[in-house]
Amino acid sequence: MANRRTVEVALSTSGLDAQGRPTRRPLSASEDGNVLTMEPPLPMEPGLEGDHMLINIGPQHPATHGVLRLVLELDGETVVRCIPHVGYLHCGFEKTCEYRNYYQIIPWTDREDYLNAPGNNVAYALGAERLFGIDVTPRCEVLRVIAAELSRIMSHLVWLGTTCIDIGAFTPFLWAFQERENIYNLFESWVGARLTTTVTRVGGMAADIPVGWTDQLGTFVRSFPKTVDEIDRMLTKNAIWVGRTIGLGAMSQDEALNYGLSGPLLRAAGVAYDVRKDFPYLGYETYDFEVPVGTNGDVYDRFLVRMEELRQSVRILDQALARLPDGPVNIDDPRVILPPKSKATSEMESMIHHFKQVMEGPRPPAGESYVAVESPKGEKGYYMVSDGTAKPVRWRIRPPSFVNLSAIPKMVEGHLLSDVIAINASIDIVMGEIDR
Amino acid sequence: MKDGFTPATPGSALQAATPPSTLRQLRHRGGDVNPSAAALRERFGSAISASDVVWGETTVIIEPRRAHEIVRWLHDDPAQQYTYLSDVTAVEFRDPEQPIEVVWHLRSLPFRRFLRLKALLPRGTPLEVDSVWPVFKSADWLERECYDMFGIKFIGHPDLRRILMWEGYREGFPLRKDFPLRGRFSRAEQLRQALAANPEARYSMEELTIAAAFEDLPDEMRARLAGGEKVGE
Repeated sequence: MANRRTVEVALSTSGLDAQGRPTRRPLSASEDGNVLTMEPPLPMEPGLEGDHMLINIGPQHPATHGVLRLVLELDGETVVRCIPHVGYLHCGFEKTCEYRNYYQIIPWTDREDYLNAPGNNVAYALGAERLFGIDVTPRCEVLRVIAAELSRIMSHLVWLGTTCIDIGAFTPFLWAFQERENIYNLFESWVGARLTTTVTRVGGMAADIPVGWTDQLGTFVRSFPKTVDEIDRMLTKNAIWVGRTIGLGAMSQDEALNYGLSGPLLRAAGVAYDVRKDFPYLGYETYDFEVPVGTNGDVYDRFLVRMEELRQSVRILDQALARLPDGPVNIDDPRVILPPKSKATSEMESMIHHFKQVMEGPRPPAGESYVAVESPKGEKGYYMVSDGTAKPVRWRIRPPSFVNLSAIPKMVEGHLLSDVIAINASIDIVMGEIDR
Repeated sequence: MKDGFTPATPGSALQAATPPSTLRQLRHRGGDVNPSAAALRERFGSAISASDVVWGETTVIIEPRRAHEIVRWLHDDPAQQYTYLSDVTAVEFRDPEQPIEVVWHLRSLPFRRFLRLKALLPRGTPLEVDSVWPVFKSADWLERECYDMFGIKFIGHPDLRRILMWEGYREGFPLRKDFPLRGRFSRAEQLRQALAANPEARYSMEELTIAAAFEDLPDEMRARLAGGEKVGE
């Protein structure tokens, strides 16, 4: 399939053809003008034919994006087998949160996929609200859409920047991280935190947006597409970039589904599964956006899909800004929402609610909920089981990176050692989420 | 749109009759039942012991040792097409009488359906359940994690070993309710074990036999590794 598609190479680089493959220049010509063939490569070092080599990458290798460890079996430079090892960052999130009430879990969700903290907060709040049987206010829904989409842009920018560095481009990294800084500033003025935002509450948000915040966001929404276009011009038709990414780690539609891939990886393989479209939440069905889908499922398509998702997220942000309704952010439910401090110190009823919530925590009815959202990495689900007490019996994170990474032995098989780095980067893993 | 894209129509390849919308005003119990629940009951009869709808999500309780067969049918049947396995996990309740549950979350992308399968493993019986790995490759790591955390054996999984904890981990299964939050061993014992571990034994025997690396090791260490020594023991 890969050769069906031609990518115009705008920035041509000497030594590479239009598909980005290296071309060899003849070194000399015979007297009648015929090109002399090049010398055959040196024979392999004697005694090494047929020997397979064991290579260990990680867990402390910058290109593994965290503490991933890959043990590779190499035949020459070709990967024969890959055995991944995870768990170096395991710290028992799920166990710990069985001892926390439903509010105390929110900060933990920041720290698992720490590049997508607001998105996780939103996902967790949706899951908990289903368990409590709560519907949030219209203003809260739109604010959550804004938080989730900003968080998607943040996460994709980190992916873009780090992948560029892995493959050997440095400039887009700086551009991407500059824009990410702008989003961090937005979150800082909204909730005070940058990385670990804890932006949602069960039944609402940590805070309403400050005065003038929509203008700041509007400035970002207008300026950001220019950066995307710049990065696009820099990479999409760049011969080196195309040469390093095209045809790598390709997964067919059926394989991608069977291996449980989700997010940009699945869509690059041609399956248009996006939780926002197929199992919508937060009123995503009312926003006008498209789901980019690739055809080959290789690293290059994953890059294209993520670039287009950046643009689509900006579209959603634009619509969300236009429709942001007035009204309360938190629902009016004393079971889950803390009364204002002035009331808690003056009215008996509010004081009791305040005391109950802080000392015991809200109690959902016995039941369970699995709520999945489209995180930048894929389908992120929170499965919560309650037995009617203030602490969940089970809080399960369905980590998209974990399932995506489990397909890496299949993806890198038969590729070169240097391509393992590109393929691993294209999966967009966050070890905090994989190991939890 | 950029090169190489097919701008997709919203949603999955096959379109369901009604466009999906955000779920609101869900009821605690009852509500729309996923039609697959009735189909399962019709097809498998006694292997389906109950079905329930909680907060709009349909749960079907199946027999543990028929999971593979049931999931295979759900995957292959053209009227079901559950081609996406979201999650495999387990739940242990605080009540020690209540059975441990193994939970599968399945999605039918063409019909936009979500189904939860559950197998109940009563206390006192071996924690064994069918693996769905032959149907879904995505179950590989998910089942390994479930085994690692709960000690549930997935019969038919090709490589069921610990994944998040290391192979020589001796303290048991962390997500079980009888496992203390801080672990079974004292900090002193954990430290002693970490210091006593052999840092050279980071590779499994399988990995070492890949290369001639195994032949290069000193005789004494080769003997120890061949005897099954792992890091952390």
